[in-house]
Amino acid sequence: MTNVIEQLINGLRTGSIYALIALGYTMVYGIAKMINFAHGDIIMVGAYLLYVFIDIFKLPIILSVVLTIVMCSLIGVFIEKVAYKPLRKAAPLSVLITAIGVSFFLQNASLLIFSANPIKFESIIKVNAVHIGNVSIAGITIVTFIVTSIAMVLLTSFIKYTKTGYAMRAVSEDKGAAQLMGINVNRTISITFAIGSLLAAIAGILFLSQYQSLKPTMGALPGIKAFVAAVLGGIGSIPGAMLGGLALGVIESISKAYISSQLSDAIVFSVLILVLLVKPTGLLGKNFIEKV
Amino acid sequence: MKKSFKKVISLGLVLSLMLLMLAGCGKKVEEGVFVIGGSGPLTGGAASYGISVKQGAEIAIEEINEAGGVKVGKEIYQLKLKFEDDEAEKDKAVTAYNSLMDSGVNAIMGNVTSGSTAAIIDLTKEDGILQLTPSGSAQELTKHDNAFRLCFTDPFQGVEMANYAVNESKYMTAGIIYDNSDDYSTGVMESFVNQFEANGGTVVAKESFVGDDVDFTTQLTSIKDKSPDVIFVPSYYQEAAYITTQAAELGMNIPFLGSDGWDGVLAQIVDAADLEGAIFLSPFLASDTAEETVSFVKKYNDKYKAIPDQFAADGYDSVYVIKAAMEKAGTIKNADLIKAMTEISIKGLTGDISFSANGEPNKGAKFIVIENGEYKVK
Repeated sequence: MTNVIEQLINGLRTGSIYALIALGYTMVYGIAKMINFAHGDIIMVGAYLLYVFIDIFKLPIILSVVLTIVMCSLIGVFIEKVAYKPLRKAAPLSVLITAIGVSFFLQNASLLIFSANPIKFESIIKVNAVHIGNVSIAGITIVTFIVTSIAMVLLTSFIKYTKTGYAMRAVSEDKGAAQLMGINVNRTISITFAIGSLLAAIAGILFLSQYQSLKPTMGALPGIKAFVAAVLGGIGSIPGAMLGGLALGVIESISKAYISSQLSDAIVFSVLILVLLVKPTGLLGKNFIEKV
Repeated sequence: MKKSFKKVISLGLVLSLMLLMLAGCGKKVEEGVFVIGGSGPLTGGAASYGISVKQGAEIAIEEINEAGGVKVGKEIYQLKLKFEDDEAEKDKAVTAYNSLMDSGVNAIMGNVTSGSTAAIIDLTKEDGILQLTPSGSAQELTKHDNAFRLCFTDPFQGVEMANYAVNESKYMTAGIIYDNSDDYSTGVMESFVNQFEANGGTVVAKESFVGDDVDFTTQLTSIKDKSPDVIFVPSYYQEAAYITTQAAELGMNIPFLGSDGWDGVLAQIVDAADLEGAIFLSPFLASDTAEETVSFVKKYNDKYKAIPDQFAADGYDSVYVIKAAMEKAGTIKNADLIKAMTEISIKGLTGDISFSANGEPNKGAKFIVIENGEYKVK
């Protein structure tokens, strides 16, 4: 029994990171209706920025974290302006391919600057593990879980109750109509990307604190897993991203532990296919009926 | 003003054209130069391996040329390295090989990774050129008679580690974590399991992971439950760092055994105490006190501002092997060079090297133990 609980906690450990990344994915998709495949690489950029501020410039931790988050947001807005804005009216496929291009660009830029060698980094979050009976939960897991939950609540209320949130929902429903109602569509989408990249920066910081190592391709795999999590939970739905992320982590961990560590990815994707067959919009996705 | 400017420009263009022609001539009549064609990843995820091999080889070439070149029969040859980037990909490896052959190389030192070496072995056989892979460890790479390998094969490592585990350390039960998506990791794992069981040991848990995974707590928790005497992890240093760190986080006290990919793990770990007592096998150790190693590490560090790893040593030794083959053959004809390969023996950084007819190196392995945050030869 202890073993099962331990494995569930291991699932929670990876799951809460997936959930945090999935929040950014789902947010950008929900508003701008595009899958930002470069999201995982913004995490990498965030992690490298934190490393540069702390290990190279020797800045205090709090300042470094704030700077990382601010710079990531700015980079996100900049990418949107340069790469995605000119394609506002283009086919979704063009935007998707551009996003993959941006992802390659970010990875190779950091390869050029920091080289392919992994760099170690000492965790900035030093919280002691919590012991309950025989089971111990690492401090970083608890911190990640709490941060993800707070981010989810804040994001949901931001979109529900603020003026910018109204504007975002309007833009997500119909860009043209929103513009006619006096909403600045470009500004709204910029803000969406700023928030999405801010979430990516936080995810990058927590990821780095958990695994204590950086390399240019570090964002790719968690990015894909988080995308799966977002789809599983219902892409566009913020609580769905959280649920999808945690579910993905736990399914992964349990299938690795009790079925086969070789088949775990296959099992994860089978679950995804099953869920999509039964509920095509994902676990918490909304069902739209399009009238023609 | 404008006119004179134009004159200067045109004069400059004419001069550069003449220079280019001269340079062109120079290339064709490069007599007394033996060109070694290298190929490996200089960009991409495996870039560090290719860069190390190239830099190690360059140090060797500099040394040899400074000492007057290679005496082949009555002639003296200077060595030159032409190194192409194959990004560790098969199709790029073929392109790189073709461009090397077009430029007229005399021997192939490559490739660096197993996959891209496998892509060109049939081509080098067809062209009849001497091929020496510094670091490609998959078994099939030396199946043709023109192909040789400088590093250990995967099965060799697995067998050596299994013998060590049972005979030296008296470990009778083992847990294994290996990379299911990697030929190297799987190859070492399979031969380890066979030998370990042949020696009377039992593998109690065999867990796998895939490529870029960073979280190993699930696999470690499963192994912890079976409490084996030792955990064997055939992997590269990055995964080794993740696995040992996470094992410490889980409060596990089981010793680790690794493969030669572990070389460099100390630079990747935040708390070296997590690695205390871990043992792995390696042909080369930069902190070794042997005279040749010290001098190589110094030259390498002066030139590239880095500590050489085993790939750099492989590149260095490969050049000296080719030099020895040239001297032995007395000509630089392909067939004679290939024939000479099995007749030479050199004292290299990675051990005393000679070659069997099947293309495999005969050299001993070093066991390295990590003590107080430092590598030590066991």
